[in-house]
This record gives sequence, structure tokens and C-alpha cells, in this order.
Amino acid sequence: MNVLRFVVRRLAEMALTLLAASFVVFGALYLAPGSPASFLLSGRSASPAAIAAINAQYHLDDPFAVRYLRWLGDVLRGDFGRSITYRTDVSALLTDRLPTTLLLVAMTLTVVMVIGLLLGRLAAVRGGVTDSAVLVGTTFAVGTPSFVAAVLLQGLFAVRLGWFPSSGDGDGIADMLWHLTLPAVALALYLVGMLARVTRSAMLDALAGEHVTVARSRGVPERQVIRRHVLRNALGTVLTTAGLIVSTLLVSTILVESAFSVGGVGQLLELATTTKDFPTVQAISLIIVALFMAVNLVVDLLLPLVDPRIALTSGRSSA
Amino acid sequence: MNVLDITDLRIILPGSARPVVDGVGLTVAAGETVALVGESGSGKTLTSRSVLGLLPPGARAEGSIRVAGDDVVTMDSARLRALRTSTAAMIFQDPRAAINPLRRIGDFLTEGVVSNKTLKRATATARASELLRAVGVDEGALRRYPGQVSGGMLQRVMIAAALMGDPALLLADEPTTALDVTTQAEVIALLTRLRERFGTGMLFVTHDLDLAAAISDRVYVMYAGRIAETGPATELFARPGHPYTAGLLASTPRLDAPGRRLTAIDGRPPDLRTALTGCPFAPRCPSSTEICGERAPLPTAAPGRPDHRFACHHGRRLAEGSPADA
Amino acid sequence: MSTVLVRRPGLARLRSTDPRSPLHVLCVGFVGVLTLAALLAPWLAPHDPNAVDLGNALAGTSAHHPLGADAAGRDTLSRLLVGARTSLLGPLGVVTFSTVTGVAVGMAAAWRGGWLDSVLSRSAELVFAFPGLLLAILIISVYGEGLVAPVVALAVAYFPYVSRLTRSLVLAERERPYVSAYVVQGNGALQICLRHVLPNIAPVVLAQATISFGYALMDLAGLSFLGLGVPALTPDWGRMVFDGQSAVQQGYPLSAVLPCVLIVLTVVAFNVAGEGWADRVARRDR
Repeated sequence: MNVLRFVVRRLAEMALTLLAASFVVFGALYLAPGSPASFLLSGRSASPAAIAAINAQYHLDDPFAVRYLRWLGDVLRGDFGRSITYRTDVSALLTDRLPTTLLLVAMTLTVVMVIGLLLGRLAAVRGGVTDSAVLVGTTFAVGTPSFVAAVLLQGLFAVRLGWFPSSGDGDGIADMLWHLTLPAVALALYLVGMLARVTRSAMLDALAGEHVTVARSRGVPERQVIRRHVLRNALGTVLTTAGLIVSTLLVSTILVESAFSVGGVGQLLELATTTKDFPTVQAISLIIVALFMAVNLVVDLLLPLVDPRIALTSGRSSA
Repeated sequence: MNVLDITDLRIILPGSARPVVDGVGLTVAAGETVALVGESGSGKTLTSRSVLGLLPPGARAEGSIRVAGDDVVTMDSARLRALRTSTAAMIFQDPRAAINPLRRIGDFLTEGVVSNKTLKRATATARASELLRAVGVDEGALRRYPGQVSGGMLQRVMIAAALMGDPALLLADEPTTALDVTTQAEVIALLTRLRERFGTGMLFVTHDLDLAAAISDRVYVMYAGRIAETGPATELFARPGHPYTAGLLASTPRLDAPGRRLTAIDGRPPDLRTALTGCPFAPRCPSSTEICGERAPLPTAAPGRPDHRFACHHGRRLAEGSPADA
Repeated sequence: MSTVLVRRPGLARLRSTDPRSPLHVLCVGFVGVLTLAALLAPWLAPHDPNAVDLGNALAGTSAHHPLGADAAGRDTLSRLLVGARTSLLGPLGVVTFSTVTGVAVGMAAAWRGGWLDSVLSRSAELVFAFPGLLLAILIISVYGEGLVAPVVALAVAYFPYVSRLTRSLVLAERERPYVSAYVVQGNGALQICLRHVLPNIAPVVLAQATISFGYALMDLAGLSFLGLGVPALTPDWGRMVFDGQSAVQQGYPLSAVLPCVLIVLTVVAFNVAGEGWADRVARRDR
């Protein structure tokens, strides 16, 4: 079956790129000045026992290729090594913090999809003053980095107005949602602007199409024309943008979680980087890259469903 | 009764110095085929689209457009939708652009009647496959996407779609221009056959004089937003009354008179940004005189042929006897 | 000439960013003023940007400190002015480095094709998988903080976008008859590329670089905000937001809000200027 071959092909491509990415993430350690052992221990007491432990854990006595393969084997089994800062398994740290980040990402994506699509649709369909207002608003939204939005929202809604907590991630689902509202809005602002602009221009392209006039000429009610012939035709572009949105979102969590002291994976990456906890940095980098590629794979698989003109066989459309 | 009766139609666009369509009168009787001929910019497409109330943003229509007795110009949107789903339908020029490539052909056929609850979905699908057979397309096409069938097939689908609401009036806007030559002939033959079978009146918009002569009972020739000449097809082509029609005929190559010299009409149609005084064709007309620049000619009938009318100060002389390629 | 029903797709999109729109003019003007302020910062700044004066900590606006002072009593206006230098120099480095290498490699790949082209597109795919900020963090975690490591990392992350753009532009340009005319006349590939192809693709590439400048500024400011960018004492807008965040939580937002505003305005100005430029180029090419 055509679809199956496409999926297998894309999965193989993805595995290959992931392999290359893992090599980059692993090899980065050897770019550091000095020996890996001293780098991994930088700033900490280098007792002979500690050095021996590091050497054993990283198999530093083995040749480079063997070291890489062992590390890769461990990673594939879900073992990312031990965190130098926290002195626990990195995987344990991650399972601890991943739910918070995933909740934050889910909240943000919901906001982005709903408001971004609505604004884009409103601007394209209404035109005139509404359109100009959306254009100006989104121009500023896409010029606002997420950490700037985070600090401004914190100053206004947490400190000045006191409506939301200014930091932390709360206990229990309701409290968590409350704590994560401001971070989610901070993350969403830029992406809402981006999605609204993309939706608007894709819908304007579709609106200019003759098929829209034809649908109207056949007595299809305007609301249905917009839904079935304009929004529907803009969906492919929106879906392609979704991949970009998710990757931007994953990276921005680092900034926003740090700004709001949310105990998620993003904040962990920031802490690990400042404390030179390299195994943790490696693990999170790999996870972000893998998530990003998985999202792109899903987008590629969904695209032919949205647009029958795209054949599954052609792989990705590299320009 | 006339299925289409346009009287004194004027369409005004924002930013233009004169109406794009200026005082057009036109009728189509039930079961009759009428051709509307003109070059691009003459206002023929706008005239035909205004019948369905499809005006560009900001445009204003004056006069009356009666479709099966009801005036489109004053219609509210609900009645306009009802008109579009049943009474009148349009076949568009380029089926590739006219049919949404992301929706199945079956969906395209049924969407107008289903969304207005004229027909139930099952009934609509049954009618769609029946009509597809009538236009010579396999009903398997219902589940296909437009990208999976040829341009000629797609234009047949377009025609079937126009027939879905069993319209009294078909508007065909250059339905063969985007097709290759052999497909063109097939589509024209199909349209002629369908007209006989379903008895619909048809307004056929084209820039192709020969095609107009082949398919229509009567012809209207449009120039710069006005009707220059109208009459029964055979008569109009044999003895054109308006210098513009004569010029068009003289510039069309003919198989039956090979070796004849082709003459082009000098100049270009008047720009929309300039107001017109007098006859719009005067600057390009070989027989124009002083009066042509001063006063717009009124349509007058050729002597003894009340159906053959033309708007020219000198038309009478031209129509009396001189052959087409004078 | 033709009836107005003929619609030109894309026309509506151009209307929104008319190069002569007041917004566009305003943004180009802002970029100019900013550049001037950064160049003249040492002479414009009323105080030493690093002069600590704890007696004036978190002071509001006054004649002495027109825009107040931060938690260490450092003059905010002076820090903003001097900070403009690092904040603009970093993105400039990223954009210059990625554009020069990207254009060179993209052009070579398009002209030569073959293995060079496939190596380029494979490695571009790999870099695409690493968002710029993540790559920067990875490199910083190895090399440590500073101004150079983030700039190099971001330049590497931005490079494939430029090379891919250049590649497609050069491929399109190559198809045009004037190139074959030069080839027939016996001009060398390098000469044709530099003398004739490069000037033709330059406007598009530079417009893209202007837009990228805004993104680079956002990324670099983000790194500074994490404390991973410029060293602690260097005045820098992102760093100022980082330093001012605790003051924000205590209810003294001024020292953090002002660099925030400057970051947003600068990014918007570069985006609007770049997009206006790109639209003008697109219209010229039509």
C-alpha cells in the first residue's frame, strides 16, 4: 500500500536524521576545551573516586566509536545517565517534570489554535478596519519575544493586579491550570500573531479563487462558502505552520518556564546549562529534537488528507 | 415568456468615469439560445454575472434584470440564493479554477441544492449521477477529486452541476475558451443536445463570432458596455448593420472564403477612466462623421426587419445590401 | 482593459505592507535613530552604565536619572544606550556571518549541483531539526557563557535558511537567458556569479537578512535573559530584563519594562522594514 510505504520511508528518514542529531549532541562534549572528564566535573571536587566514576559512567577509557554506541544503546533503552547536579537518573528527573511542560504546551497550543485561527479568519473575512487592527496587533505580537511577554504579564497581572500567581506550578490540576495561565499566555502571544497572519493570507488567497465565486453563484450560503471553500483551502498552509509553531513553542518553554519558575523540562534545561550538567542538557536536547521531528512527521502524514493534490509518494518537498 | 429580460441595465464601478455596462437591454426566451459577443472589457462577462447577482465589491446595478419574472436587482439575499440554486445557473470559463480542487466532484455537484435544502442528500446524489451520465461522464467520478480527471471531463462536470437545480436559464461564460479544440467541439455539441433535451434558455457569452453563429438563435454584439447590434444570427452575420460587427467579421478568418484579405480594426476600445460622448466606436470607425462624436446613436431597426437593430448613425446605409466583407 | 472581475491573487497581501505606508517610514526612521544612538552611546549616556549607587536603588524618574535606576542604582538610560551596542552588534554578527556563508555555499551548490548540493541539503535538514536557541544552549553548555559562542551558534542555525533561499534564487536566475548569453560569450562561472547573478539576487537576500535580524535579536536577548548570553556586567537589553525581573516582582517594573519595550520596538521595526523591502522587490520582479 502506498501510504504504508510512505510512512516507512519517512520513519527511516526520521531515524537517520535523529541518529545524526544524537551524534551532534554526543559529540558536542568533545568540542569542550580540556578532557571530557574535567569538563564534566568542572568546578566540582575532582577526587580520584569521582573521576573514576565519571570514567566508568561515560566509558571514557573506550575508543570514541564504542563510547558513542554504548551511550546510544543506553539512550535507546531510556537511560540518559546520571545528572551531575541532582545526583539522580536524568530519566527520573524528566518523568518528574515532563507532565508540567506537556500541560503547559497543551494549554498554549489550545490558545494559539483557537485565537490564531479566529483572528486570521476575522481579518480575512471582515477586511477593512478589523483587518488593519489585526495586522497592527499581530505585527507587535510577532515582535514580542516570549520572555518579554512573560515579564510584562508578570508585572501587570501577577504583581500589580494580583490575579495570578507570579511563579511556581501549583499542586493539583486546578491549581496547576491557574499557575500556568500566565505562562501559557506569554508563550501564546507570539504564536497567535504568527498563526493569525498565516491564516489571514492563506484565506485571502483562497478568497480570491474563482471557485469561491462559483460556490456563491450556486447559492451556497456565505457561511458555508467561508467554511468549505476558504477556511478548508487554507488548512494546508495552517497545518504546515503547525510544525513550526510546535518547534518554536518547545524552545520558548525554556525562557518562559525560567521567567515564571515553573518546574518543567524547560527550566531544567536552563538550570542544567548554567550548572554545566551535561547529561541532562544532552537528554533534553535530544528529546526536543525528537519531538520536533515527530510533529513534522505527523504534519507530513496529515497533509495529503487535507490536500488531495499532494501525493504521498514524493517524500518531502525540498525546495 | 422570457426566462431572462434585462432592461436598461447600468453597472457602475467605483473609480470609473462611465458605467461599465450602459443601458443594456437583452432577452432570452424559454428554450432559446442567445449569444452575447464582444471583446474582453466590453462588459459582456459582467452583464452575464449580474444576472446571478454576482457583482464585484462596490459595484452598483441600475435598471432591471428579470429572471423568470423576478427582478434580481432588488432581490434580498435569501431569494437570490433560491434563484441561484434552481432558476438560473452558470457554466464558468475555466473548470480547473472554478471547481475547488480539495473537494470531491460529488460534493461539488450536490452542494448547492443540499445546502439550501432543495433536495435531500440521497436524492441529490442520485440526480448527480444521472446528470453525469447525461453529460457522458462515468458516475465513478463522484468520488474522485478534480485533479484526477481531464479538463474536458471537468467542464462536463461543470455543466452537470449547472443542471442540478433544473434551471430555466443557463448562463455560459466562454465555456470552451480554456479547453483544447477537439474538446471544445464536444462540449458545444453536448450543450446543444442538453438544451433540446431539457428545454432551458441559454445566454452564451463568447468572443468567438463563428461559435456564436453556430450555436445561437439570436446574437447581441456588445461594445464598450453598450449593445451595438442585435438580430437573428443568420441575418446579423449575413448583413451586419453596425460597422463594429462588420469589422469583427472582416477580421475573422473564414474557411469558405480562403484568400480573402483579413482586416484588423484599428485602435483600441475606450478606457474605463474616460467618459464617453457620442458613439463609443467613433474613434475607430471607418465611416464616422461629425455627428458620431457628438451624439450617441439610438438603436434602430433595419428596414423591414424589426428584429435586427443596431446603434449607428450610418448603420442603415451599411445594412442595406452591402455584403459582410465590404 | 479587462473587466474588474479578473482578480489578481496576492494583490490584497501587498496592500497591507505598502513600502510607502507611514508605518514603514516610521520603522525605517526608528532603525536609523537606534543605529545612531548605539554609535554615539558613550557620548550620549549621562552616567557610567556600570556605576553602582545603592542609595539610588530602584529610583523612579528624576532629573538626575531620567529613566530611573535599577536594583543596583545603575542609571537605566545609560544602560539602555550603551546596551544598544551589544544588543545590535550580536544580531549583526549573526546575520552577517550566516548571510555571507549562506550565499557562498548556496550559490556554489546551485551552480555546481552534484555532491555539494546533496551534502548541503542533508546537513541543512539536520540543522533544521535543531531550533536556533537549542543549538545555542547546547554550545553554550560546552563552551560557557559569553558573546561569541551564542553568535556563532545562531549563525550556524540560521545559515541553512540563507543557503536554501540563495540556492533556489540562483537556480531560477540561471534559467534566465542573460546567463546563457554570458556563458556563450566565454565568461567564467565565478565572474558571472559575482558580477551578474549576485547583484540580481541581492535585494531578496538582504530583505530576508533584515527580517532575520529581528529574529536574531529575539534569540540573543532570550539567551541573555537566561543569563547565558553576555557576561554579567555588560549592559545589554536582554540582560537588563533578567536583572530587572526581581524588581518587577517587588513592584518596581521600570528597569525591566523599558528594555522590554525597546526590544519589541526594534524587532517590529526590523520586521516591517524587511517585509516592506521584500514586497517592493517582489513587485519589481513581477
